[in-house]
Amino acid sequence: MIGGAILIVLYLVALFAGFVAPYSYDHLDTNYSFHQPILPRLQNFQLVVPRYEQGAAVFTYHAVAGDSKPVHFFVRGAKYKLFGMVPTVIHLFGTGDDRYPIYLLGTDQFGRDVFSRLLYGSQISLSIGVIGILLSFTFGMMIGGISGYFSGGTDTVIMRLCELIMSIPALYLIISLRATFPPGMSSAQVYAMIVIILSFIGWASMARVIRGMTLSLREQQFVLAARALGQSHLKIIVRHILPNTFSYVIVAATLSVPYYILGEVVLSFLGVGIQEPSASWGNMLTAAQNTEYLRNFPWLLAPGAAIFVTVLAFNFLGDGLRDAADTKSS
Amino acid sequence: MNLLEIKNLKLDFGAGAEALRAVDGVSLTIGAGETVCLVGESGCGKTVTALSIAQLVPTPPANYVGGEILLNGRDVLKMSNSELCNIRGGVVSYVFQEPGAALNPVFRIGNQIKESLKLHKPEKATNEEVIRLLKLVGIPAPESRIRNYPFEMSGGMQQRVMIAMALASEPKLLVADEPTTALDVTIQAQILELLHELKQRLGMAILLITHNLGIVGDMADRVAVMYAGQIVELSPAKELLRRPLHPYTRALMNAVPKLAGGADRLSAIPGNVPRIGDFPPGCRFAPRCPIAKPECSKKIPDLVEVEAGRWVRCPFWKTESI
Amino acid sequence: MGQMSVLENRIDMSLLEVKNLKVHFPVKHGMFSRVRESVKAVDDVSFSIEPGETLGLVGESGCGKTTLGRAIVRLVEPTAGSVLLNGEDITQMSGSALRTRRRKFQMIFQDPYGSLNPRMTVEQIVGEALDIHKLTDSKSARQKRIAELLKAVGLDPIYAQRYPHEFSGGQRQRIGIARALAVEPKLIICDEPVSALDVSVQAQIINLLRDLQQEHGIAYLFIAHDLAVVEHISHRVMVMYLGKIVETADAKTIIREPQHPYTQALISAIPEVDPETKRRRIILPGDVPSPIHPPSGCPFHPRCPIAQLPRCKDEFPELREVKPGIWASCHFAGTKIEQSNRAGNRSV
Repeated sequence: MIGGAILIVLYLVALFAGFVAPYSYDHLDTNYSFHQPILPRLQNFQLVVPRYEQGAAVFTYHAVAGDSKPVHFFVRGAKYKLFGMVPTVIHLFGTGDDRYPIYLLGTDQFGRDVFSRLLYGSQISLSIGVIGILLSFTFGMMIGGISGYFSGGTDTVIMRLCELIMSIPALYLIISLRATFPPGMSSAQVYAMIVIILSFIGWASMARVIRGMTLSLREQQFVLAARALGQSHLKIIVRHILPNTFSYVIVAATLSVPYYILGEVVLSFLGVGIQEPSASWGNMLTAAQNTEYLRNFPWLLAPGAAIFVTVLAFNFLGDGLRDAADTKSS
Repeated sequence: MNLLEIKNLKLDFGAGAEALRAVDGVSLTIGAGETVCLVGESGCGKTVTALSIAQLVPTPPANYVGGEILLNGRDVLKMSNSELCNIRGGVVSYVFQEPGAALNPVFRIGNQIKESLKLHKPEKATNEEVIRLLKLVGIPAPESRIRNYPFEMSGGMQQRVMIAMALASEPKLLVADEPTTALDVTIQAQILELLHELKQRLGMAILLITHNLGIVGDMADRVAVMYAGQIVELSPAKELLRRPLHPYTRALMNAVPKLAGGADRLSAIPGNVPRIGDFPPGCRFAPRCPIAKPECSKKIPDLVEVEAGRWVRCPFWKTESI
Repeated sequence: MGQMSVLENRIDMSLLEVKNLKVHFPVKHGMFSRVRESVKAVDDVSFSIEPGETLGLVGESGCGKTTLGRAIVRLVEPTAGSVLLNGEDITQMSGSALRTRRRKFQMIFQDPYGSLNPRMTVEQIVGEALDIHKLTDSKSARQKRIAELLKAVGLDPIYAQRYPHEFSGGQRQRIGIARALAVEPKLIICDEPVSALDVSVQAQIINLLRDLQQEHGIAYLFIAHDLAVVEHISHRVMVMYLGKIVETADAKTIIREPQHPYTQALISAIPEVDPETKRRRIILPGDVPSPIHPPSGCPFHPRCPIAQLPRCKDEFPELREVKPGIWASCHFAGTKIEQSNRAGNRSV
């Protein structure tokens, strides 16, 4: 249940990313490159943020004493589109003054707010996971159901195909599939394409398990009763057999989402996924490959922490769901 | 001293406020060499009662909240683990309903029988003894059979193997929980005939659990009828079948179609068997009883000896027509 | 359609006629070997059922009675032979033609816990039958019909929104019966419908089936292994052994004067409740042989107390009318077996 709670928070925040983030993902200010995190502090019962100035060495900054601005909530800031549709300027928090930036997690080499980019990136990474499993599981369930229900030649062909897909190392398959697409695609197209590639790998293992479950469910007397009534094969699969696999499917889905998220992360990390300037947890980590940077600017690893928390949360949720499903079915 | 004396046994599942009483004050005695049948439908507590004799019911979730089970005078519920291991197989042996499930599928049956021997009569844990036991239970060509796996044998054969395993340690009491329910009727006849023979040869007592009143007629000396965790009638078998006293027993006998019994409507018992935890107040059969009176739902009637050796839990047992 | 109604109105035609039905399952050894053997589950079976009649089918496990029931409803494909419903051979049909015919015959199953989809409400389960054949045209009509059906089987229509696990075994069987009734069949195959129920509930379901038969004129093929139950509800009874019918007769007659030795053994094996009747049992030695390699000649001869070699081993006894209304498959039909225990005399 902890897992579930964390995930609800994460997805809500991702939904409202534009609102929660004080800056847009491509807002940059090279005066503040590699700035350390600027956190508000309490002064006279008010949250304030000091102004920072560049220090002697490159990429060092220190706060100017006595010069601070209070932090406001629901403040006017840069324009953006909430949910990608509603244009507005209200942000959750900020100072309202560009000379007093709030970089909760610091900035990257272009002076872009890591926190904001993390939020925008979460939209991509989290949604790819969910959409990915929806696609692949729906497809996998149907194929598995058909394969198990009809048996014989159909079953053999489909299962061999699944085995073929599963035997290819996923990472190489993903990368080579990606390579077949032309460069210079819009980021929306890239996004869709990543989802499709990941789904293409994922449906095979689901299909195999569903096929096994179908083989035994097919002999249940309520399925025989539906056949005796004259119900069509397709409706039997969809109404009788597949719903009785849900307890397995929900758990498997929950435990698979992390792999999809990681799939996107890997692609973007290698530079063949989401492209700059769009933010994704994967491509934010690319910048963090340099050990010099990591030593001096450790906040660049924030996306890694976010991925860790997300994957852990999904695993907790999956475990919890599995336990809940067990007691109900007994 | 009787071989087995169950005195006022009370068993709950769960604890505290959510405790469900599965066995509510059951008392039963079995003398040496006697065959007693425990009859009832599903959920009445007969299996749990029988398993309690060797403390085979896992606690938790069950807990014994009252009564004692005296086996040769010693209370089973107070025995230590090692004492229990001694009596299991040594004094009391079990035969269960599904022989396929009770035999380990990955071991040959010869080894499974030997395991029982090793525990209680190690000096006899030899192939010769196993062959002797298989012959005793009527398995043809036992020399080749001891190398069989359970799946290579039919249901009837498997049940015979179970009986051989149970007998290996020469128990004084054999508890058979619906041993023939899962078998075809002709195989059932074979197994019942076998039990009958063994009983006479070895002089052991048998507690036979069943829901089939016909088996009672064939096998039992005495019968206890259970309903919703309580014994409602206890009587010598012939007497009970000739003239049942408790309304439930009478209704049950009327509800069973008899061969050449005429094709009239069966007098069905309305309603359903109450589930554990959902027992009605007062007499538990009252909601379905054809002769129930208002006072029946107020207080649970006591089990009273109304004729010599015949006990009934119903104050209106004398009512003629049901 | 005109032709169909003409056929339905012929009074002299049986509702169901099964002719030389065979259901053989091939036994495969590995993926590439040729099929050499088969399990002869149903081996050349013929019988008929009249409208409104109950034909009981008894036999022990492995005799093929369940397979026979399923083959008639085409849940299992017959290997040979024909099944005529009101004169039409349904083994030759498929697709929508078969689907329309399915309204005439339905099936109720043995396992009350497996015969209802645990994820569907009672309303969905019974309603599916109505939807497939488009038997109601509006939502309210459908609801009304479902309520009617539930009442007809003795259930309160309030239960329509509940799920199967909230019901007892007997109630679930009633739901299954309501589902079968929804399409208004003329024939219901009952595959051991009361075997998994408590004794006190069995009688309720048996009474319900009889009442429905009287009200709607439904015929039943009542499959069971309990001869007492079968005899109670059936007009005629068939006994099966290893895929073949060994005896057919009127229910009362078959109990009173069984002709085939297997029938006699079955009857004597039933434990008798009445302590006065001291019936000695006929104990059959050994187990039922494998349906892959049935014995030659009469399939029962290895276990038969009155078998006479070489005739019983070489010559298969055809099913013939040995007495008026009684058909048996035995060279020595009518011989009363001495009721003594002869187990152990025969080697298996």
